Amino acid sequence: MILHIPYFIAAWIFLWGLYGIVTSRNLVHQVVCLAVLQTSTYILLLVIGYKTGGTAPIFADIPVGTPVVDPLVQALVLTDIVVEATVAALLLSMVVKANELANTVDPEELRILTG
Amino acid sequence: MSSRTRTSIFLVAAIALAVIFLYGLFDLPPAGDYRGPYGYVITQVAVYERHATDIVNAINYDYRAFDTLGEEFILFASVLGVLLLFRPQQNSKDGNEASEDFKEEDLPVSDALRITTEAIMGVMIVFGVYLSTHGQLTPGGGFQGGVVLATTPILVYLAGDLISFERITSSPLVKFAECGGAAGYALIGISALIFGAHFLTNIVPLGTTGDVFSSGTIAIISACVGVEVTGGFVQLTKTYLREVVEQQLRGRS
Repeated sequence: MILHIPYFIAAWIFLWGLYGIVTSRNLVHQVVCLAVLQTSTYILLLVIGYKTGGTAPIFADIPVGTPVVDPLVQALVLTDIVVEATVAALLLSMVVKANELANTVDPEELRILTG
Repeated sequence: MSSRTRTSIFLVAAIALAVIFLYGLFDLPPAGDYRGPYGYVITQVAVYERHATDIVNAINYDYRAFDTLGEEFILFASVLGVLLLFRPQQNSKDGNEASEDFKEEDLPVSDALRITTEAIMGVMIVFGVYLSTHGQLTPGGGFQGGVVLATTPILVYLAGDLISFERITSSPLVKFAECGGAAGYALIGISALIFGAHFLTNIVPLGTTGDVFSSGTIAIISACVGVEVTGGFVQLTKTYLREVVEQQLRGRS
């Protein structure tokens, strides 16, 4: 039971991020909520790959065969962190443009479509 | 729909989702009880198969290199999207006539900040290059090294040296780094086809385990990704800071 706590933390962060996205009244805040939501996947992946007593999967100074954690999930997380940063930059640039065109960053007020 | 109705609909859906989550989570193995064969197999064979000691990067740039190629192009496309959205438009007032004849003046930047940033700048460059080129041996790799390298222009900006910031980030080298890095990765993959192997096969001699020049394409792809990430992040920084920098430079002229 106690060893399931990391999964709950991942679900907890995911749901709070989702709550933030749904209730947000500011697009910048919404992008940050999306980033929070994404961190829950990192926790989930790292927990899945964790092995009790395992060390980092780097065999530069430990012999092959030493118990290590799963390197695959770490590879997935590491690329996603960098990609997430650029995607956040792209979303924020859209927010800047929305603000320039509609003079608001409140998604409620961004309803009018203009050509 | 009012925001209250929307929130209440969300809460119902979120509770349902939470219940499904909880139901699913209890069947997962507890943390630390790793069961998958993938991690066991790859940590046993990767050092011998690829002569790389950092298994995370061996996976990123070799076993799952095709996956990483996709991720890298997400990065490339996002940077391109930001540049496209912020491109100088005809009706807006910012032109390209900035940054030619400005006088060096003292800017209101504290000496402590300037000295610190200037002192660690060299260290950051060396550290970034080290991370990008030693990904096959120790923790690091192109993504991390590229991000560290891309912080150097930000340090220049923080030090208040706007002219140098403008010069560094406007250099055509930055654009070339981004495109060349992305293209290099794909070309390494295609060159495997020329030698009759599958796309992104590790065709370069593997070398001695533990050497910098080992692990074949892992090291080369890692360096390519480092170059691309540096170029991409410097472009992002430049795009976001451009208006601030141009205004300040214009105010000083």
